Amino acid sequence: MRFFKYLVSTDHKVIGLLYAGTSLCFLLIGFALVLVMRWQLAYPGEPVPLVGGLFGVANAPGGIVLPEFYNQLGAMHGTIMVFLGVVPLAVGAFGNYLVPLQVGAHDMAFPRLNLGSYWFYLAGGLVMLASFFVTGGAANNGWTSYAPLSDLAPGHGQTLWLVGMGLIIVSSLLGAINVITTIVQLRAPGLTWFRLPFFVWAQFITSFLLLLAFPALQAAAILQGMDRLVGTSFFLPSGLAVSGQALNVAGGGSALLWQHLFWFLAHPEVYVLILPALGIVAEVIANNTRKPLWGYRSMVYSVFVLGFLSFIVWAHHMFLTGMGTTISAFFQATTMIISIPSVIILSALMLSLYGGSIRFTTPMLFALGFLPMFGIGGLTGLPLGLATTDVPLHDTTYVVGHFHYLVAPGTLFALFAGIYYWFPLATGRMMNDLLGRVHFVGSLVCMNLIFMPMFVQGLAGVNRRLWDGGEQYAHAQSVLSLNVTMSMAAFGLAFFQLFFMVNLFMSLRGGRVVGANPWQATTLEWSTESSVRAYRDPYVYSLPGAAADFVPQDQPAEPS
Amino acid sequence: MMDWLGMPVAASAHAGDVDRLMVLVHWLMLVLFVGWGGFLLYVLVRFRRSAQPVAMHKGMRGSWSTWIEGGILTAEVILLAFFSIPTWSARVDAFPSEQQSTVVRVVAEQYAWNVHYPGPDGLFGRTDLALLGPSNPLGLDRSDPAGRDDITTINQMHFPVDRPVIVHLSSKDMIHSFALPQMRVKQDAIPGLAQPVWFTPTTTGQWEIACSQLCGLGHYRMRGFYTVESTAEYEAWLAEEAAFLLEQ
Amino acid sequence: MTAIPYTTDVRPDTGVTNPKLGMWLFLASEVMLFGSLLSAYVLLRSGALTWPDQSAVLSVPLATVNTVILIASSVTMLRAWTALTAGNMRQYRVRMGVTLVLGAVFLAIKTFEYSDKFAHGLGPATDNFLGLYFVLTGVHVLHLAGGMLVNAFLLGPGARMWRSDPRRFTQRVEVAAIYWHFVDAVWLVLFVVLYLL
Ligand code: HEA
Ligand code: HEA
Ligand code: CUA
Ligand SMILES: [Cu+2]
Repeated sequence: MRFFKYLVSTDHKVIGLLYAGTSLCFLLIGFALVLVMRWQLAYPGEPVPLVGGLFGVANAPGGIVLPEFYNQLGAMHGTIMVFLGVVPLAVGAFGNYLVPLQVGAHDMAFPRLNLGSYWFYLAGGLVMLASFFVTGGAANNGWTSYAPLSDLAPGHGQTLWLVGMGLIIVSSLLGAINVITTIVQLRAPGLTWFRLPFFVWAQFITSFLLLLAFPALQAAAILQGMDRLVGTSFFLPSGLAVSGQALNVAGGGSALLWQHLFWFLAHPEVYVLILPALGIVAEVIANNTRKPLWGYRSMVYSVFVLGFLSFIVWAHHMFLTGMGTTISAFFQATTMIISIPSVIILSALMLSLYGGSIRFTTPMLFALGFLPMFGIGGLTGLPLGLATTDVPLHDTTYVVGHFHYLVAPGTLFALFAGIYYWFPLATGRMMNDLLGRVHFVGSLVCMNLIFMPMFVQGLAGVNRRLWDGGEQYAHAQSVLSLNVTMSMAAFGLAFFQLFFMVNLFMSLRGGRVVGANPWQATTLEWSTESSVRAYRDPYVYSLPGAAADFVPQDQPAEPS
Repeated sequence: MMDWLGMPVAASAHAGDVDRLMVLVHWLMLVLFVGWGGFLLYVLVRFRRSAQPVAMHKGMRGSWSTWIEGGILTAEVILLAFFSIPTWSARVDAFPSEQQSTVVRVVAEQYAWNVHYPGPDGLFGRTDLALLGPSNPLGLDRSDPAGRDDITTINQMHFPVDRPVIVHLSSKDMIHSFALPQMRVKQDAIPGLAQPVWFTPTTTGQWEIACSQLCGLGHYRMRGFYTVESTAEYEAWLAEEAAFLLEQ
Repeated sequence: MTAIPYTTDVRPDTGVTNPKLGMWLFLASEVMLFGSLLSAYVLLRSGALTWPDQSAVLSVPLATVNTVILIASSVTMLRAWTALTAGNMRQYRVRMGVTLVLGAVFLAIKTFEYSDKFAHGLGPATDNFLGLYFVLTGVHVLHLAGGMLVNAFLLGPGARMWRSDPRRFTQRVEVAAIYWHFVDAVWLVLFVVLYLL
């Protein structure tokens, strides 16, 4: 019954670890789904080896993935990765575990809400998974669930998707309230705002985004639920005819309403995916260069600007829905402007390396790998953000490449860096360095082999979400063989994750035992005092004249 | 310098504008990536632990990062104000007159493009939801005088070269997206909304229409064909279709 | 385990307690929820070819009565809290009780309005105006019912805290009152938008 005790603990560390375990499982599931898709894309219409028989005749007769099943896999891969994998790991796990420690608090401000947040998350995740087993299978309308397609989708998959999202939204709201209150109220004595580690700032803004953006999707989900269950037509315009049959609804709705509500959430959501990652990378870089972050303040101001602007760029996902010059100019302009704070943060991180004494530890490798990967992902956002160049690129694999560079070798690498870096904090043991290095090199190579060809295909005009990977299209022929390359690399990526998984489980029991502050870090989470007080800025490394090359935040000033 | 991106042939009047911006922005990206990438490599080698046992507390001095950031912003503003917005505005604000253009209606449905030419009289016939049927996917009223000579096809479009084309897009069911990669044209077809889009084909050829918005399980095979041909060939095609209409 | 600071004490440099800040944050997100629903209303209405005469479909007199009731309940809620700050538990019970009853009356009238619509064959699927009416007022009613549950708790079993920790209890009532005022304010907006405009 020890396990049960963990499930009802209100200790932020336990909840953080529960979040970590659960979200890693979801990451693995999301990855497994995409591996099936990658098989189908490389070898359209050929039975999936080994596991093909497990999907059932309704989905994959003879192991051959049906188009409707492919769409389920795509929609659920996106949903699971974003809402059940990365965000819960970045915010639920890292945020829960580290924010109270880094601000020197004993727990979150509302421990019971915190546990509630985990339960809602778990429930939402289970509903999503269960939806694979209802008739018609899981939601298959893309993670974006555009109406009318999702409105009119038969079966219960889409309805369960809405229910699952509802639960996840509640979970995020509870979590966000908790994180913000903790940071505002429970900062240790002496820990002024500008002494907060950058990671805390990133979590702070992230929580505001979750708090204020998610309700839009909540509203959208309510409206779509009504359309599906009660027969309203909020998203159904008049005069619809499906399969040659005029649809018997009141009509008068708007298909674009869904897109506005969805992207009002989903654009801030993408910054929810990246900000905690930037926070982790900043911590790891400061620690492993043994010097303060360069431009800490400008980084903090930039996250604020980023957070604010992220609410007014959403329609850059909708340039091709029929936009006049003025509106498109507005959203292009905001999109270009929002790239500047990202550039500032990235520049600050890069310049922080200058003059350092760089230790190439495993967490540092992942953090360093993050930088150019984020660079590629961010830079490829620019042609998408200019409406004119978005015309040929919209809904091609170029877009898929753009955001995967940000979320996979970007955010995932940052999360790996965080896991390797804080593992000793949670367990008192180190993870294996050699396995970690193999994991890094293998992942870096494979990630680029998966996602770089997407730009090539996208520029050639190959669309995304194609069951056969574009096999039918003449303009895709010259770049079609890349599908095989990408899929091989995806299987290679899976292979290199084994090193991580083995490492993780092995180190839990067999890792090298280390002391309280193995990385010789300065921030408060490494403090062993039972009640802490902050005396200085977060990253006081290599201070001339100091006894050690690091001065922890809670070390009292030497009497002079 | 233009084709290193591997885009499909540019076969419309405005494609050059789109491609020019595409190339410019990719140059900007390349310069930034190579510049920062070089910096990264240099720093990693120069400041590795063995070469720099003690870190500099202060680190980088000077304000050239501000200059770089300012430079990026300036570049973005230029691309936006002098390239993207003017091209966009020409696309959506400066429609040619219908008299001087080839005008077509396209009604998307799962999973086909229903094409509707007005015929010799230049007028589109009335359409009505009630007339929908397997042989009449547009619901075209043939008893309407304007509709008698209308030419309809499925997944087949023909355009005369060097004359503007105006496509009136709409959808019967889901959101589809009407993409002509070689024309640098893509426009969502959204039920309940009328979406006009125009372009001037400048090169003859035979290419494909691609549906670019997930519209259901048949999305991947929602493929059409379009032909850009000389005016004579186009007229011949129209005549052929009209004759086919008379037979029925 | 050490107690979490600032649950009842105000943190000097921020000027709030944790629960109060938590409530304000929660309400910020609620504003976004109702804001999103209302923007859906604006978008659908401005894009509609025809829109019914709202005040002819709905009953403005009933809604006016309900508006008065909710405002009154906000006042009694506030007064319940001031009774506590004055240390008068008996008065608190009476005023909180009245608040609850007023909430119940609001719900009863709302139920009557709903069933009257259904009886006339008008449901959410009739047209988008009625759809939005049912969604907006339905979500509001759920919020109201949630508030009533909290209030009932603070009147019943929750009130035991008055004896052990009166200060904390008073603050709980205060936070509940903030929420109640918000629910009230939302109704005022809905009343104007759905019945009068
Ligand atoms: C983490 C997630 C994340 C992040 C951070 C971003 C960041 C950006 N995104 Fe992206 N985006 C997504 C996730 C993200 N996006 C997703 C998921 C989608 C698709 C959703 C879907 O349709 O399914 C999408 C789609 C998307 C579109 C819609 C495309 C379309 O559908 O047609 C657009 C258009 O404007 C866009 C633009 C941008 C821009 C301008 C940025 C900017 O903020 C980027 C700013 C960063 C930089 C400019 C980098 C700076 C780099 C350097 C200075 C060089 C450094 C070099 C080295 C280190 C070597 N994105
Ligand atoms: C955060 C978001 C996220 C992440 C991380 C990923 C990761 C990956 N994605 Fe995904 N993807 C999306 C979000 C994401 N994706 C979205 C939103 C879409 C659009 C969906 C739509 O069209 O609607 C999409 C679509 C998409 C497509 C396009 C499908 C199509 O258009 O038809 C493809 C194709 O290759 C793809 C591939 C991959 C691959 C190979 C990875 C790899 O990088 C995966 C790597 C995974 C890991 C490395 C897992 C690590 C975890 C562990 C090792 C767990 C250890 C576990 C324990 C210890 C228990 N994705
Ligand atoms: Cu039609 Cu995709
Ligand atoms: Cu975006």
